[in-house]
Amino acid sequence: MSYISIGNNETIRISAIPELSYSSFLEFNVSSMIKANSSHCVNYFGYPYKGKIKLICCIANDDLHTINISSSIVDSQAQLPSFTKHNLAFEKYEREIHENFGTQYVDHPWLKPVRFPFNRFNKSLRVADYPFFKIESEELHEVGVGPIHAGIIEPGHFRFICNGEQILHLEIQLGYQHRGIERLFLERKKLLQRTTLAENIAGDSVASHGVAFVNLWESLCNYHADRDLQLARTIALELERIAIHTGDLSAMCTDVGYQLGSAVFGRLRTPVINYFQKWCGNRLAKGLIRAGKNNYPLTEALMGELTQLLDDYEKDFEEIAEEQFSLPSVLARFEKTGVVTAEQAAMIGTVGMSARMSGIKRDIRSSHPHDLYYELQHQPVIKKQGDVYSRARMRKKEINQSIEYVRELIQDIPMGKHRIGLSGYPAPDSFAISLVEGWRGEICHCAVTDEIGELVHYKIKDPSFHNWLATALAVRNNEISDFPICNKSFDLSYCGHDL
Amino acid sequence: MISFILIIITSLFFGGIIIRTKSITSGRKGPGIFQPIKDIIRLLKKGSVYSKTTSFIFQIAPSIYITSVIMAIMIIPFGGYKGIISFKGDFVFFAYVLGVGKFFNIISALDTGSSFEGMGASREALFSMFAEPAFFILMGSLTLLTGHTSFQQIFASLHFGSYISYILGVLATFVLVMITMVENSRMPIDDPTTHLELTMIHEVMILDNSGFDLGMILYATNLKFAMYGALIANLFMGTFPLYLTIPIFFGMQMLFAIAIGLLESFTARFRMNHNAQYILALSSVSLLIFLGVLLILGQFS
Repeated sequence: MSYISIGNNETIRISAIPELSYSSFLEFNVSSMIKANSSHCVNYFGYPYKGKIKLICCIANDDLHTINISSSIVDSQAQLPSFTKHNLAFEKYEREIHENFGTQYVDHPWLKPVRFPFNRFNKSLRVADYPFFKIESEELHEVGVGPIHAGIIEPGHFRFICNGEQILHLEIQLGYQHRGIERLFLERKKLLQRTTLAENIAGDSVASHGVAFVNLWESLCNYHADRDLQLARTIALELERIAIHTGDLSAMCTDVGYQLGSAVFGRLRTPVINYFQKWCGNRLAKGLIRAGKNNYPLTEALMGELTQLLDDYEKDFEEIAEEQFSLPSVLARFEKTGVVTAEQAAMIGTVGMSARMSGIKRDIRSSHPHDLYYELQHQPVIKKQGDVYSRARMRKKEINQSIEYVRELIQDIPMGKHRIGLSGYPAPDSFAISLVEGWRGEICHCAVTDEIGELVHYKIKDPSFHNWLATALAVRNNEISDFPICNKSFDLSYCGHDL
Repeated sequence: MISFILIIITSLFFGGIIIRTKSITSGRKGPGIFQPIKDIIRLLKKGSVYSKTTSFIFQIAPSIYITSVIMAIMIIPFGGYKGIISFKGDFVFFAYVLGVGKFFNIISALDTGSSFEGMGASREALFSMFAEPAFFILMGSLTLLTGHTSFQQIFASLHFGSYISYILGVLATFVLVMITMVENSRMPIDDPTTHLELTMIHEVMILDNSGFDLGMILYATNLKFAMYGALIANLFMGTFPLYLTIPIFFGMQMLFAIAIGLLESFTARFRMNHNAQYILALSSVSLLIFLGVLLILGQFS
């Protein structure tokens, strides 16, 4: 066997992963990605191993609900043929391995570091000298935006090549936000420290990254979460989805200058995040998700409030959504703007909403369910056009779905037990993977432990990692003044990408 | 003289009414109607910062801009009363004195050398260019109808009698309102509240202006609103006595500001490439007015 097939949140011995020669490693992983719409790469990374680099590639098969893991050991300075030549979905991963270890891929179309962290391999490369794509022409002009954002959100540099008002090419350079999260996971030894780290990967995906981490950790410690813990996590994920999707709809209205939608959706988001405040004392749900325990058990009173909240929310939400999606001036801006075709989306391996809006059925909640998603029998919302309208409409549909799920889940709340949380070490010499469908898309956390059960490598992949490229493709041949609405319709994370 | 004073008074609260309307429609209380002018006064008390890459053009442009607007306001009559300046063909002077201000605004934006401001300048130049035929066809038609060529005489002798002339009045108001929106870079052409340079037209041109200069530019915008409002009010004032026309004037201005606020609250702005078509369509509405005038004058027999 050239791979081992495991499920979501499963821990295996590291020795159980077959070690292939690099050429068969390449051949296996590229060939298993040929059926592009049903399998995709969820993580591909390397870590130092006995003076060399161990590469681990995780390919998820959505039809069989499995994740195929394979590995290979290479010299760090080796000249290697690239996966990217055969499948562009590997592009970012190989650039990241290049950034960390200086691995040279001889036939990679454009090898350059993804970010410029403090501990990068080649210190002589500086972000100031980043080799942007250039077109020499008298007619074209370049517009550089950032790294300081006009709305002072997060830093990122966008380099447009334009022909008048039309965008020919956009290159996005991120990495200004790099905090060394993955390394901090190894340095911070306490579980609480690691949990808070996970919660702080991206401020809008606190619950999603939190759940990804605790699921992984519980799996490593061979702890099975009881139903009440799983219930709290599932509800937190769905509430987060409702809150952020609503906020995004508001922001999309702002970007097309539709004040009514902007105000009403903005107003609707507030009670949802305020509910988190009531539940766990933090509007972003920080402190809610903990491995092996729940400091804020669900009570009848809380559930009553939630039911009331959703009823109030749904009434106003339907009204404004109806208004927004039937207003010609809004539709004129949304429709046929920022199109990503199904071929493009499959080629670059987008995940989450960015995949589903182009007709790719990719949703961890249905393909690799975790927590209570087994019971919900989730059917992903799929849109075909891949334009801004699809992304807006998808948010609306997903909110409706989430409301239904939360209602269904709170029918029957099991009594929470008093727990003291997890203690003890994770399994030694093991590998674990955890996939979570956050509101933005699939989040993947991977961990590798050493012989005493201490972490030797922790790998985080936020959906933004793939999807920024989709944004860059979406704006091609659009007008530069439509960039903000295209960008907002994806709403990707800078810090989730930079880590 | 009377129109000049009234326009200055209107300019103090015009922007405030728009903002207040927008606040109320979005369920907020909103600032008082004098808040924009208070902000401008605050800016006027400050000094300006100049980038080293700019030349003297950048420093004189705001003054020329506001001066051009004030000169244009001097031409506006008030019902039967002349403006401070009035001569035959003054509406041509009116259009091009505003053009001078806009020209300096555009070259000062180019002077900064920023790629954003260049983009804004090219958009503003294009859209103003498209708006020009609409204004001249409209004024030309009114000239043809009344046989006079100065604002004051045109408005004084303009009387709505037949059904066609009522339609003309409505169409002329529509054209003037939309020209105001184009010239002031408001919705649905431009969104003054956006923070995104890439989508801005007018706002992006003044990104580098600060303090006193910025205050002047912002105040000029308010003056322009009040000026176009006065032009529209003139269509309806005729030769009524002052105790009627002054309330009509303020009523029209308030109505105009509230209409802008409502328009900005309940629609999304246009896609940039639809703007040009839309503004050109204004010229065809003006042509309709022209046809109407020909009908009234019995040119089709």
